[in-house]
Order: sequence, then structure tokens, then C-alpha cells
Amino acid sequence: MDNIKRKYSKKTISSFINYGIVIAFFLVLQILSVTGHLGSSMKGQLIPICSYIIMALSLNLVVGISGELSLGHAGFMSVGAFSGVVAASSLADAVPNGIIRLLIALMVGALFAGLAGMVIGIPVLRLQGDYLAIVTLAFGEIIKNVLNCLYVGADSKGLHFSLKDQQSLHMESSGKVILSGPMGALGITKLSTFFIGIVLIILVLFYIQNFVNSRPGRAIAAIRDNRIAAEACGIPVTKYKLMAFVTSAAMAGAAGALYALNYSTVVPKKFDFNTSILVLVFVVLGGIGNLRGSIIAATVLTILPELLREFQDYRMLVYAVVLILVMLITNNEKAMEYLRKTIKKLLKSKSEGRHTT
Amino acid sequence: MLSYFINGISLGSVYAIIALGYTMVYGIAKMLNFAHGDVIMIGGYMAFCSTAYLGWPAIPSVLFAILVCTVLGVIIEKLAYKPLRDASSLAVLITAIGVSYFLQNAALLIWSSNPKAFPNMVKFPNLVIGDIQISSVAIVTIIACIIIMIVLTLFTTKTKMGKAMRAVSEDKGAAQLMGINVNATISMTFAIGSGLAAIAGVLLCSAYPTLMPTTGAMPGIKAFTAAVFGGIGSIPGAMLGGILLGIIEIFAKAYISTQLSDAIVFAVLIIVLIVKPTGLLGKKISEKV
Repeated sequence: MDNIKRKYSKKTISSFINYGIVIAFFLVLQILSVTGHLGSSMKGQLIPICSYIIMALSLNLVVGISGELSLGHAGFMSVGAFSGVVAASSLADAVPNGIIRLLIALMVGALFAGLAGMVIGIPVLRLQGDYLAIVTLAFGEIIKNVLNCLYVGADSKGLHFSLKDQQSLHMESSGKVILSGPMGALGITKLSTFFIGIVLIILVLFYIQNFVNSRPGRAIAAIRDNRIAAEACGIPVTKYKLMAFVTSAAMAGAAGALYALNYSTVVPKKFDFNTSILVLVFVVLGGIGNLRGSIIAATVLTILPELLREFQDYRMLVYAVVLILVMLITNNEKAMEYLRKTIKKLLKSKSEGRHTT
Repeated sequence: MLSYFINGISLGSVYAIIALGYTMVYGIAKMLNFAHGDVIMIGGYMAFCSTAYLGWPAIPSVLFAILVCTVLGVIIEKLAYKPLRDASSLAVLITAIGVSYFLQNAALLIWSSNPKAFPNMVKFPNLVIGDIQISSVAIVTIIACIIIMIVLTLFTTKTKMGKAMRAVSEDKGAAQLMGINVNATISMTFAIGSGLAAIAGVLLCSAYPTLMPTTGAMPGIKAFTAAVFGGIGSIPGAMLGGILLGIIEIFAKAYISTQLSDAIVFAVLIIVLIVKPTGLLGKKISEKV
């Protein structure tokens, strides 16, 4: 153990623990589902959990590491989801292999969301604090609104776009409609697999963990801690902020494509303000800047409404109360002190009990 | 053209009244109160219940809605926000979101998700000038907004409590040293903001008479952008922002596209913020190193 400690820094060990948690999570769930211990509702949650974990990790890059509040993260997920679906559907004949098509869709989703992030980020990142928050919220709503009116069809000539209706796509009779406005994408072939989801999580985790300790990562942390001082040290503030923002948007896009290709239909309304907030809740409850916390919070809070099923109609109410209480307790020194003491006492009495028997 | 303009001002007045609640709370407690939109919804339901179930006339039921929302606002502040006074702004934000979920789901349990038809509270005939028809609801909304504007301006400039509120929003510590009860002032702000939300709820539901647990969410977000548009923390800014937002929305709906109207509203907001990062009437705060 001492050898390991000497060889690797604390950060490296912590990173490896994170990979371990994700892999263990995968193995446990895989074993459970193979042996048939996993209910169908839980099975259906596996891929959404993966994409929410990626969403939380990517938002953590903006909120935790770059220190900017973004309330429109679902917008990037939406861009990724629909561009991914369009890519997957239009390549259905050209690329018969499902896995390769999924990978292409993920990349297309990430690319388009990254582009959207760049378009939004360049003007917006000059703003700060609550103003940045409101502008990202506004962009999220704009993306939702535009996708709500967007019609996309594919025929032998290529892709057709319209903001009006299906008729104005002017397609050949053999063409098929991929996106139809507020109805969203219909008849998606399910391509996402739990395994790909986990691989994607590990890739994102690998990227962020290394990014944080790289030169740009340290520059971004410096900007977060004191923008003026960082600027005075010659760090190009806008460039690095934009870097974090675009990377985060691209990851959210991949998460969106993964999410959308798990369902047969996806509507633009799914990725609204509430989804952005949901992801922000994951990040804040998990601990801002804490990647492991994000993973755990995203998993627990996605499963929690399922677990609260016995409360039936009251479950969302209970969810809200739990959310408020957790925020109140974790921000209260006395309550945290009391909690720590009771946990210590419990551990002590357990170990003492073991000694006497 | 003129009727669009009046409809725009009317919708904008509702946004302005909601935005006042956001901006006052932000100015004094430096928090984004995301539950504000849901207080509007509760106000709407209260007015609905007292007229539809208890058969009360319009004015008492509006007063009842204001009373309930005021008390609700103070309770929310005491239970959820006060313990977090020294916590990070994100923690308060998440708690506000929790409160918002709570109110929406409580409403869902009590009144179910079926939309309720809001009773017509304004029993005047519509105003007809030439070939233009102006709905009575629009007139009442605009008048209510003007009255609120005047009363609120007088309150913040002339009364002791109003001055205390401005002092606390300027500098909490210094205000406390001057013998101002900061906690009472913050509670008062929440009370006024929530009371205004109740009025906005009734006006909103009179103009668009369907009431659902999610009724307050979208107007809440838009009024929030209105507050930022005008410069958050500034009361005249919230008024101006709200009314401009309403006019832009109605004109975008009429001349460009119904579906894209929200996108246009938000796009205008973004352009304004990029040109003038602190909103139309916001104060520029110089940074110190």
C-alpha cells in the first residue's frame, strides 16, 4: 500500500477509485440483470442513468471547475439527441452495423452540441454570475423552441429541412420524415446499449480528470478562484472559459444522443428547463466540483423516484422534501456535526459489540 | 395594430408584477427565488377555490388569495431560505427549486392535473373604440399594474419599512449596525413579493383561463427574464422589462410565428444582455481586486 502511495499521487488514486466505482456499478447491474434480479422498470433506467451521469459530469466541468452557473444544459443534450437521431436514421441503409451507427450518432451529437456551445459561448461568456445563468436558460429555451418547429426528412437526394411543416420539406414519395416538429423523432431504432453507456462514462471521466490537472485545467481553476488575478497573470480568460464550455456542451450532446437512441420516440419538450435543473441538482447535491459525488447523485436521484413508488402519488412530494432537507442539513454546521458524531457512535458501538462477542 | 399593442402592455403588466417579486427578493436576499412562479399558481388556485367552491365575489376572493400567498411566502422564507442565509448561492438556488417542486406536486395532489376553467372575475363589458375591441381584463390588468407601481414606489421611498428595505439591499451589514432588523425586513420583502404574485396569478388566469399545477412555471421564467432584462434588483427596471417583454411577445406572435415567439423573446433578452450586461436599468458594479 505504501508503495502504491509513493508511486502515485493522491489525485491519481482518487481517479482510479472513480473508474473502479463505475466498473463495479456496471458489473453488479450486469450480473443482476443476467440472473434476472432486475425488474423491467429498473432495466429501462440503466441507459438514462448513464446519460444523466455524463450530463452531471459535463455540467460539473462548467459549474464546478469553471465556476459558471449554467441553466441551459438540457439544450445541448437536445441538440445532441436530435442530431444523433438524424444521423442514425439517415445512415440506416449505408451503415448496417448498429454499434458503428451508434458511435457515429454519438460523435455527430457531440459535434453539433459542441458547435452550439461555441455559438452560444462566444457572446455569452463575457457575462458573469446570475446574468450568465439567465442567458444560458434563455438559450436552452430557444433551442427547445426551434427544435419544436424543426422538420427534417431524408430521401435519396439527401436531408431536407423546414421550419414550417411536413409538406414544405418537398421530399420524394419514398423519403421518410425523421423529425416532425413538436411530435419529435418517431420510430427511432433503439441502438444504445448499457455497455456503450458505461464506456462513454469512463471516457468522459478520463477526459475530465486529466483535463483538470492539465495546463488549461489549472488555468480554468485560477480563473474561477480569481478572474482578475488570473487575467493579470496573462491567462487568456475567454479562451479557457470557452474551452471548458464547449467541451462540456459536446459531452452533453453525446449524452443526449445516447439517451434518445434508447427510446422509440423522443420529443423536444423532454429537454426543457426542468431537465437542466435536474442535472444541476445532481451536481450540487453530489458536491460542486466533485466528480464522484456527481456520479453517485445522478444514479441515486434517478433511481429514487422508482424506489419511492410505494408512496405512489406522494413520491414527487417526498422527493421535493428530501431535496430541501438535504440542502438544509448539509449547509448547517451543527446538524453536520451531530450527524458525524452519531455515525461515529454507531461505528464504535458496532466494533465494541464485535469485541465482546 | 393598436389592439396588439394594448394586449402586449396588458401581458407585460402581468410579467412586470411577477418580475417585481423576483427583483425585490433578489435585491434584498441576493437569491433567485425559483419558487416564485409556483406562488403565482397557488394564488390562482386560491382565487379559483374561493369563487368556484365558496361562491365568494371577486374582490374578497382576490384578497383571500393575497393573504394566503403572503403567509405562504413568509413561511417558505422562514423554513427553507432563512437557515441558508450564509450558505452558497447555489445551495439556496437548489433549495428554491426544491420548494418549487414541492408546491407544484402539492397542487397536483390537491387539485389534480386536470386543467380548471378559471371563473371570469372581471364582469365589465369589453371596451369598443371604433373597430378596436379592448378586453376588460386587459384594462383591469393595466390599471392594477399602474396602481401597484405607484404604491410600491411610494412605499420604498416614503415609509420607514421601505427605506429599511432599500438599506438592506444596499449593504446588509451596515443596515444591521444602523439598527434595522434585517430578518424582519427580508420577511417583509417576501411577504410583499408573494402578495404581488397572488395578484399576478389572478390577472394571469383571468386573461388565460386555464389553471394547472404548472401554470406558474413558464410565466415565472419569463418574468424572471423580464427582471434581468430591466436590470435585476431595480424596481423600475422590472416594470420596464416586464412591459417590453409582453409587447415583444405579442408582436412576435402576431407578425412572425406563434411557435417561435418564446424563442424571439429570449433572443431579444440575450441581445440586450450582450450589449448592456447589467440589463436596461441595472447599476454597473465596479469590481475591486
